[in-house]
Amino acid sequence: MPQVVMPQLGETVTEGTVGRWLKKVGEPVAKYEPLLEVETDKVASEIPSPFAGTLSAIMAEEGSTVPVGSPVCEIAAAGEAPRPSGEAPSPSSEAPRATAPAELSAAPEPSPAAPAENVPAQSGAAIAPEPPPSAAAAQPFDQSGGNGARHSPAVRRLARMHHIDLSGVTGSGRGGRLTARDVIAHVESGSPRPAAPPAPAARPAAPPTPAATPVAASTAPAPPAAPSVPAAPTVPKPMTVAPVPVAPPGSEDTVIRLSQMRKTIAERMVLSKTTIPHAWSMVEADVTNVVRWRAREKDAFKAREGVNLTYLPIVIQAVCAAIREYPMVNATWAGDSIIQRKHINVGVAVDIEEGLIVPVIKDADRYSLAGLATTINELAARARSRKLTMDDLTDGTITVDNTGSLGSIASVPIINPPQAAIVTTEAIVRRPWVVDDAIAIRDIMNLCLSLDHRVLDGAVASHFLQAVKKRLESFSG
Amino acid sequence: MATKTVLEGVRDALYNEMSRDERVFIMGEDVGARGNVFLITQGFMDKFGRQRVIDTPLAEASIVGVAVGAAMAGMRPVAEIQFADFIYPAYNQIVGEAAKIRYRSAGGNTCPMVIRTPYGGGVRGALSHSVSVEALFYHVPGLKIVVPSTPADAQGLLTSAIRDDDPVMCLEHKRTYRLIKGEVPEGDFTVPIGKAAIAREGKDLSVITYGLMRHTATEAAEKLAAEGIEAEIVDLRSIRPMDRETILGSVTKTRRALIVHEDNKFGGVGAEVAAIIAEEALFELDAPIRRVCGPDVPAMGYAKEYEEAFMPSVERIATAMRELAAY
Repeated sequence: MPQVVMPQLGETVTEGTVGRWLKKVGEPVAKYEPLLEVETDKVASEIPSPFAGTLSAIMAEEGSTVPVGSPVCEIAAAGEAPRPSGEAPSPSSEAPRATAPAELSAAPEPSPAAPAENVPAQSGAAIAPEPPPSAAAAQPFDQSGGNGARHSPAVRRLARMHHIDLSGVTGSGRGGRLTARDVIAHVESGSPRPAAPPAPAARPAAPPTPAATPVAASTAPAPPAAPSVPAAPTVPKPMTVAPVPVAPPGSEDTVIRLSQMRKTIAERMVLSKTTIPHAWSMVEADVTNVVRWRAREKDAFKAREGVNLTYLPIVIQAVCAAIREYPMVNATWAGDSIIQRKHINVGVAVDIEEGLIVPVIKDADRYSLAGLATTINELAARARSRKLTMDDLTDGTITVDNTGSLGSIASVPIINPPQAAIVTTEAIVRRPWVVDDAIAIRDIMNLCLSLDHRVLDGAVASHFLQAVKKRLESFSG
Repeated sequence: MATKTVLEGVRDALYNEMSRDERVFIMGEDVGARGNVFLITQGFMDKFGRQRVIDTPLAEASIVGVAVGAAMAGMRPVAEIQFADFIYPAYNQIVGEAAKIRYRSAGGNTCPMVIRTPYGGGVRGALSHSVSVEALFYHVPGLKIVVPSTPADAQGLLTSAIRDDDPVMCLEHKRTYRLIKGEVPEGDFTVPIGKAAIAREGKDLSVITYGLMRHTATEAAEKLAAEGIEAEIVDLRSIRPMDRETILGSVTKTRRALIVHEDNKFGGVGAEVAAIIAEEALFELDAPIRRVCGPDVPAMGYAKEYEEAFMPSVERIATAMRELAAY
């Protein structure tokens, strides 16, 4: 049975209040005859009936507020039997009652299934309830309008570029549509926008898959294992590159299906390498003091703290201290600005079966060595048992990756966007080393840094690396 | 600078090139004794002689075929098809021969010829004197197609066409011949083939057009300027090669593209322009690409009403511009 829906009484109006019904249930209505009054915050309007028939049911009482597009009444078309007066429309049975038996009209809640014998075999009797006519049918309006509507490619690109939440932008196009100019005006007006690109957050970085390529290029930000990662971070999309033609697999080749994690890693790698201008630097650090100290302390540490003492927390401590000296390293490129992060949240790569995952140590600069060691251990354990939460994986501001654990002595890590830097700690190798004017055997470790050259100049990056090196070389426990 | 009509621009290009280069000759129906149906070549036969101004039989395939041979033999023929509506018999000579000679001979031969033909409606030319033929040819690699709309472009592009080493079709909108007047540089000059012109600058939308419609669209744009809408008019001038940079540059600036041509809509030049924009500038677009074109009917009727219904009018273009600007 045709329904009348709450009309859109203005481009920005989303609901209307029924003021007064001008027809009673059971009364005949001519096409275009006023049916009810609707009030919005601006006006009261008489709503004409879109067709002739008999008002058979009212679904919105006087005073009730109804969203635009929701049914307010039903009108039985001429020749169609009206619903017995007083009876609300049944949710599942549209069978018109040709006759209105007293017992039925008394029933406040009609049984969904009208007994077959009571239902006249009449056209329309057995059909499923009609979906309410769409708002567009009853009251045509431009679907392209409004902020909930689809945006043009230009608007979407601009919003992404400037990290704008479009729901806060006023549209000036047809039907309130957002235009590219609206977005630009919004940006230029300096309207508040979300603090920053929702950090790499959603997709944490996972460093290198050491197994893949031990040297160079091994460090790969990776995604959370969870495939249900929310929307991509608002960093610019990688440019599209024509795929390289690939010869089809031969009979002796193996085709490896992409896991969700592998897909995400691939996406993130391409995003990083195509949108971030990477620069690279490496220093050699004489970590003999660290090695000696660790050899001396590790058993007591294990006994006291319950976890192994590795080099990683020592390096992370040095990195945090160096960041405090050169805070620009702890920053993110935000399109039209650089955001320098106050909190130092260090992502550490953990190798798990499916790939790599990078849980984040929040405020890593506030931990003691033992605290860092314990936290790293705990995060790694949770990563391997798939117990990491989104919170563990978000908001990293820099990544430290221990590529040396697999023997690498130099890596060119890929930055985990939108971070600006990633540091690798390479294998500690005993080497002949010039100390003052003598040659000594020392424990040498390379530290590699990839930096976002938009955010950091070579000088700052070098000073930062030197600061890390200095701290490691003068380490005394 | 001298003020000329489009027709005078065409005439001067022919006259100057024939004076400058003995290899240049013209052939076509009524180009000699009659001086062409629009009197473009009036007096040419007396000036340049019957060897260089050749009246041909009503045989378009032969006109183009002879020109192809002459061009390969080292001449610079300018073959005229009296009306574009008559070009079909020469299609094989143009598409099957002229366009392929350089490729077929691996660069050993070229076909330095020009095919000039008046096209287009709006002159009560009825079914066989109103057609637009560009879409039938612009698909074909190896052909260049120019469509001048101003006197300076008519002279400069035809000069470039005659000097070009490959076959060039010069489509001249017959309604512009005497209607459009404009300044033309003195002396020897050319307009490069493959370069569009910004006929009018604007920031609110781009109108990509050519031929007579450049003028109709400009008129619509002036009208809209009074309403505060500034349309940029891009006159393609060359349909092939097509100036992608100018199209994309304009659309990148305005983010809205309207394509206007008189030729039928389906598969017309606008389809290619739209595809270029969609392929290369999708993320610049703030509104769907729109086209105002001739209707997809076989021909333009003689009756004024038929003709008016066919030709995109200032009003139709202005309405589309307004809607696109407001989108």
